[in-house]
Amino acid sequence: MRAVDAIMECLKAEGVDVVFGLPGGANLPTYDAFVDAGIRHILVRHEAGGGHAAEGYAKATGKVGVAFATSGPGATNLVTPICDAMMDSVPVVFITGQVRTDLLGTDGFQEADTLGITLPIVKHSFMVQHPLEIPRAIHEAFHLARTGRPGPTLVDIPVDLSRAEIPYEPVTDVRLPGYQPTFEGNQKQIRQAAKALAAAQRPVLYVGGGVIAAEGSQELRELAISGHFPVTSTVMGLGAFGAPHPQWLGMLGMHGTRTANYAMDEADLICAIGARFDDRITGKLSEFAPHAKFIHIDIDPAEISKNVPAHIPIVGDAKSVVAKLAVEYRALAADPARLDEWWARIRAWQEQYPLRYEESEDSEIKPQYMIQALYEATGGEAIITSDVGQHQMWAAQYYDFPEPRRWINSGGLGTMGFGLPSAMGAAVGCPDQLVCCVAGDGSVQMNMQELATCAQEQIPIKVFIMNNGYLGMVRQWQELFWEKRYSHVDMGDYPDFVKVAEAYGATGMRFEDKGTLVDDMRRAIATPGPVLVDVRVTREENTYPMIPAGKAAREMEG
Amino acid sequence: MGEPGTSAPLSLQELQAAESLHTGRKHTLSILVENKAGVLTRIAGLFARRGFNIDTLTVGPTDDPALSRVTLTLDGALHPMDQVTKQLHKLINVLKIRDLEPSETVSRELALFKVAVDGPQRGELMQVAEIFRSKVVDVDKRSVVIEVTGTTEKVEAFERMVRPFGLIEMMRTGEIAISRGRQET
Repeated sequence: MRAVDAIMECLKAEGVDVVFGLPGGANLPTYDAFVDAGIRHILVRHEAGGGHAAEGYAKATGKVGVAFATSGPGATNLVTPICDAMMDSVPVVFITGQVRTDLLGTDGFQEADTLGITLPIVKHSFMVQHPLEIPRAIHEAFHLARTGRPGPTLVDIPVDLSRAEIPYEPVTDVRLPGYQPTFEGNQKQIRQAAKALAAAQRPVLYVGGGVIAAEGSQELRELAISGHFPVTSTVMGLGAFGAPHPQWLGMLGMHGTRTANYAMDEADLICAIGARFDDRITGKLSEFAPHAKFIHIDIDPAEISKNVPAHIPIVGDAKSVVAKLAVEYRALAADPARLDEWWARIRAWQEQYPLRYEESEDSEIKPQYMIQALYEATGGEAIITSDVGQHQMWAAQYYDFPEPRRWINSGGLGTMGFGLPSAMGAAVGCPDQLVCCVAGDGSVQMNMQELATCAQEQIPIKVFIMNNGYLGMVRQWQELFWEKRYSHVDMGDYPDFVKVAEAYGATGMRFEDKGTLVDDMRRAIATPGPVLVDVRVTREENTYPMIPAGKAAREMEG
Repeated sequence: MGEPGTSAPLSLQELQAAESLHTGRKHTLSILVENKAGVLTRIAGLFARRGFNIDTLTVGPTDDPALSRVTLTLDGALHPMDQVTKQLHKLINVLKIRDLEPSETVSRELALFKVAVDGPQRGELMQVAEIFRSKVVDVDKRSVVIEVTGTTEKVEAFERMVRPFGLIEMMRTGEIAISRGRQET
C-alpha cells in the first residue's frame, strides 16, 4: 500500500478520530489519503490554530491530539503550539511534510530544518529516512506522547518517501530501550511521605497539572479528605481538586489567593504532586515556603529538586502514588485534631482576605463580575478555555472548576491566541459539552481566523471577549512598575468584533450592561453555532492580589 | 526514629533535603547512545539550552554498530550533576549514563603538538618527548610534530614543557574513558 495510506492505518490503530491540519506541497500525498481514509480532518486556517486545537482536544479528552502541516512555513507555524505543548505536558503528535530527500539541505522551496528548529521543544522527534520506517515512527510518536510525562512528538516525512509503496503491518511493540518511565513510586518513600504527613502540623497539598494528566483526581480527593489537608493548585491543576470545597484554598502563585500563598509561606510540610515549582509559584525562591519540608511526587525525575530541593522525592505516576500514599496515611491513624490550629489560621485568612473587587455603581461590567456572570450562566458546568493575560487570571480566580479537564489554558508558555483554537479542539473532542472561551481583546486576534473553521464545521464554541481595549496585563505592569508610562498597550476600539464574527459566518454580540449580563450570556450560549461576544469591561482594572515578580508570598499586594 | 519503611513515627526536623550536587571537581560522563541521526545535536542542544558548559566531548563507535559512545567532561563546580544526568536521561536516544569515578577509571586523550625547532634545540626537544613517552610523527627542517597519549594532566604537562620551544599549534581529542576491572563501563 502507499506509505500515506499506511499513515492513515497507523492513525486509526492509535484510535485517532480527528486531525487538525492544513495541506501544502510537501504533504499533498498524505492529503490524498485523507479522501478515502474515513478519519475526520478539520481544515484550519493557520497551522498554529491547528496545533492549539489539537492541544485543546488532548486536554479536554485526555487522548492524544494530532496536527498536520506541510514543510517550511507550515511547520514553522507549528513551533508555538509545539512549545506550548512541551511546557504544559500536552500529548500531541505533529506530523509535518518535508521536501524531497534529494532537495534536503539545498534550501529547496519551502524547506526548513523542522527537526532542528523543534529539537529543544519536543519530547522526541523522528526524521523519516526510509518509507519502511514510517509506521514505526508514528506508532512510537504516539507512545511517547501519551506515556510517562506526556508531551509533543513530531514526525517529519519527506514527500518522496510518503509516495512510496510499502507493505503495511500494524506495529504493536515499541523499540525504545532508552525510554522507561518509572510508574510505580518507591514504597519506602511513600511510607516515609505518609509519616511526614502524619507528623505535620501545618501541611499543604500543592497540586499541579500532573494530577490531571495522570487521571488522579479521585485519588487526590481521597487523600485530601482522609487527612483533612488543605489543598491548593497551580493554574494548570485547577479542577484536579474539585471546587468549591471546604478544603480548597484556591489557586496559589503570583495571582493566587492570599490564603493559598500564606498557607505555603507558613506550612511545615508541602506535598507537591505533579507540580514543578515554577517561578510564578515560588516568587523569590530563597524566601519560598521558608518553614517547609517538601515531599515531591512527579513522574519526571528531572523535575524533582530542580528548583526546590525535595526532602522526600517520589518518582512515579501521580494516580498510583497518591492512591498508595492515602492507604499508608490511613494506616497511621493520625489524629486529625492536630490540624485544628492550622485550620483556624487558614479560616481566619479566608475571612480576612477573600477575593474581592470594587463593584461598579452603574451598568459598567467589571471584568471579575464578567467571570462570575459566566459561572452563573453556565451553572459552572462548561469547559472553559482562555487566552493569556488578565482575563486568564480572573477566570482562574473566579470560576470554580468542579472537575478536571474543564479548564484549558496555556500556563507554562503563556501563549496569547491559545483560547479560541483550543476551544475549537475541546468542542470537537467533547461534542456534548458546552465549551466557552474567555478571551482577551488582544489575545483573540492572534488566532481569530479559526472562527471560519468553526463556522464551516459548525463547531459551537462561545467566545466571550473580555474587551478593555488594552493589552491589559502589560498595561497593569506598566502602571505598577513603570510609573504608568503606557507604551504600546492601547488597542483602541479595533476591530469591530461583532462585524468580524458576522463576516466569518458566526454570530456576533456585544454586551455592555452588567444588569442583563447573565441573561445575555445565556442567550449567547443558547444560540446555535459559533458565537463571538464582545463584552465591554472596565478599561483599567488590575488583577489582584499579586505577588510582584521576584518577591515573596508575604509581600502580596492588592 | 523514622526509619523509612517502618511505622516508627517521624519528626519533620529529621528530614534532610538532597544536597544539590555541586561537587567541585571534574566529571567524566560516559554516555551510551543509539547510533541515530541527530543524537549529538540533541545532547549538545540540551547542554546549550540548560546552560551546562561542556569542557570536552568525544563521540565514537562502540563494539555494537547500533550504539555510539559519547564521553564528555564538565566542571562539577559549575553544574548540579544530578540535574545534568537527569536531563540527559530524558533524551530518548540515551541508553545509559555513567558518571565515572576517577579512581575506578582509565582515561586517555590524544594530542598532537607542532613545535618550531631547528638546530641545537631539536635534541633537547627529543629528550623531552622521550621522557613523556611520546612519538615524533613528522619532521621538517624547521618543525616537528609530536604525538602524546595520556591523561589530561600528562598532556597539559607536556604542553608546558614544549611551549618554550615555540609551539606552533596543538590539537587535542578530549578524553575517552573506560572503567577498570571486568565490568562494562
